[in-house]
Amino acid sequence: MTPLAGYLLVAALLFSIGLAGALTRRNAILVLIGIELMLNAANLNLIAFWRYGPHPEALTGMMFAIFSIAVAAAEAAVGLGLVIQIHRHAHTTDLDQMNRMKG
Amino acid sequence: MQETISFTPQLTASPITGILWLIPAVPMVASGVIALLKQPKRRTASTLAIGSLSFSLLLSLIAFGHVVRDWTLGIATRETVNFTWIQVGAANVDLGWVLDPLSAVMMVMVALVGLLIFIYSIEYMKHDENFTRFFCFMSLFAGAMLGVAIANSMLLLFMCWELVGLTSYLLIGFWYQKPAAAAAAKKAFLTTRIGDVFFLLGIVWLFAQTGTLLFYNGGAGSLEAGALGGLLAQPAAWGLTAAGAIGLLIFAGAAGKSGQLPLHVWLPDAMEGPTPVSALIHAATMVAAGVYLIARVYPLMQAGALAGGTTTALTVVTWVGASTAVFAALIAVAQNDIKRILAYSTISQLGYMMAGLGMGGVAVGMFHLITHAFFKALLFLGAGSVIHGCHEEQDIRRMGGLKADMPLTFATYGIGMLALCGFPLLFSGFWSKDGILEAAMHWSVAKTPLYMLVFGALLTAFYMTRQVGYVFFGFNRGSKDAHESPEVMTVPLVVLAFFAMALGLIGTPAWPWFRGFLDGRAVGFDWHGFIEPGLLALMATSTVVVFVGIGLAWRLYGDQSPKPTEPDVLEAAAPLPWGWLRDRLYVDELYGVTVIVFYGWWARVAEWLDRRVWGGAVSGVAWAFGLWAQLNRFLDNNWVDGGFDKSCDELASGGGLLARVQTGRVQTYLRLLALAVVALALMLIWSSRA
Repeated sequence: MTPLAGYLLVAALLFSIGLAGALTRRNAILVLIGIELMLNAANLNLIAFWRYGPHPEALTGMMFAIFSIAVAAAEAAVGLGLVIQIHRHAHTTDLDQMNRMKG
Repeated sequence: MQETISFTPQLTASPITGILWLIPAVPMVASGVIALLKQPKRRTASTLAIGSLSFSLLLSLIAFGHVVRDWTLGIATRETVNFTWIQVGAANVDLGWVLDPLSAVMMVMVALVGLLIFIYSIEYMKHDENFTRFFCFMSLFAGAMLGVAIANSMLLLFMCWELVGLTSYLLIGFWYQKPAAAAAAKKAFLTTRIGDVFFLLGIVWLFAQTGTLLFYNGGAGSLEAGALGGLLAQPAAWGLTAAGAIGLLIFAGAAGKSGQLPLHVWLPDAMEGPTPVSALIHAATMVAAGVYLIARVYPLMQAGALAGGTTTALTVVTWVGASTAVFAALIAVAQNDIKRILAYSTISQLGYMMAGLGMGGVAVGMFHLITHAFFKALLFLGAGSVIHGCHEEQDIRRMGGLKADMPLTFATYGIGMLALCGFPLLFSGFWSKDGILEAAMHWSVAKTPLYMLVFGALLTAFYMTRQVGYVFFGFNRGSKDAHESPEVMTVPLVVLAFFAMALGLIGTPAWPWFRGFLDGRAVGFDWHGFIEPGLLALMATSTVVVFVGIGLAWRLYGDQSPKPTEPDVLEAAAPLPWGWLRDRLYVDELYGVTVIVFYGWWARVAEWLDRRVWGGAVSGVAWAFGLWAQLNRFLDNNWVDGGFDKSCDELASGGGLLARVQTGRVQTYLRLLALAVVALALMLIWSSRA
């Protein structure tokens, strides 16, 4: 059985890839995809810690992961809806041009 | 002398006494209802007023009948209903009403005369747009006056007394558009107020001494033996007892209301009101309230007198009354306004009543009050009829020859005039005035009042004949088309004329029923009443006096008809004294240069004080506050505001600094977040190492 550190490494890699994508991409949709990757890295961590934790029979980590996925789905829907509205309004999905909240 | 048998007193209240309060209450309520009516509801207003007063008259007659029946059974009625109005600590302020011969006589007179005058007013005030207001005030007056009549408490009497004063003011100033009427109303109100201040002092003093304001309360009232004994034992200033001093204070109030000498000036001016008002208020009832008041508190006035003697208070009453009688009669001789002559005549007759009270007792004064109420109301209503018929003309020099145009008014006026003159035997005025003269004859202190009153009688006959000669005889010097008044006005005249004659029957020396009724003793019919020592001589004297007065005036004025522009016959003969009399002996002018000037000066002093001293103090305080405000403004502008502005600027620049962080770029925020997470992770690792 693969040790816990392996899962954690994969999750950290996934998180880093997601973060890099979210930070570097200008397209709003790609940023959203990066965020989804980070969320999934967190889910992977939840599952891994559950399986290697003191009570693997209690299904708690599974439940957390399922809730997290559901919330991520809702969040993605809201995020995509916002992106579509912004595109309709400004005819662009370039995040660098969306700086109207500047202080 | 009549045999004097004191009747047994009757103190338990009968059913009629229990509802006696309805007599004043019903007209007052009617007045309130009329006050709410709209102006065009004339018929409703007059019906309400007359209906309510008829009800009061009915009740009064029942009460009167009750008292008379008791009297025939040998019971002197004095039934009271008392109740506590206010309780202050251990002291009670009680109100109540009383049914005794005095109040019974008074309320029947007020209700009857009032009712006749109300009926008369329907026609007299027909064209006035404020018809409803008139009946509202008249009803209120009738209620208040009936309240004065039945009051068994000094306080209740005073309240009603002030209410009649108020309605008098309102009705004198009824035509307030006329400046003269407004001024007369004010004058009447202020002059009577002077008397009322003394009256109130007397009431307070009485309450302080006796602890009760009830007149009769089963032995505990202020007019009963216990309280009077205490008052007599209490000395006041100038050798007066407390009883005498309180009596004099109350008399001052009565003098104000009844137009006695120093305070008479308001009554002639009060003639500015509508004539029915003059008849009801300023001739028959309200001005008689003062006389009634003295009659009511007679035990107080008389307290301490030995048998056949008198007291200081009663002596003062007598002298004031007798002086007023002559004084006013003198002025009446030289007046040309039909109502003013009657007004001075009223003052003079009130003087007779006061003198009668002072010398002869309650019954003598009250008898003249009652007979005078009827014949003076008759004269005023007759004068109103004349004024009405002559198109609002009041100057007797512009009348004349009206006996043909207004026969019924002439006949009734003639009866009233003869009654006022004291024409022998047939007329009530003769008997009541004779009673006063007889009392003056037997007065132990001095004989002067007798001579004064006889002289007054001569003058009365003279000025009344002069007036009747001017108005009804000779030829018409004014408007040609004088007309007789309609029946609504003449019927009350006829009724009053009947009473002006018939009332004499109950007070002749042969059958002094009225005196016996009021004094609570039996009287029988006895011709020997006439042959008491001196009485026949006195009656003969007064008869001669009346005939001389009438004859003189008739010679001078009867059928002569001088032109309005010509001087009066007497004026031509003696212009100087005539001028004095015509100008009312300069009493108004005297008050003008004394009281009014004093008050004017005092008002100027007060104004100066107000402007300079009090006003200055107020301005000083205002100025100090202004200065303080300036200082505060300076502090505000320079210190407080500066501090605030500085801190606001700092906040704004700080905000600008922080705003730079807010780039508006999502990815910058995300980057910061990532850095923060990394920093947190490093901190965690660091802390786990340590």
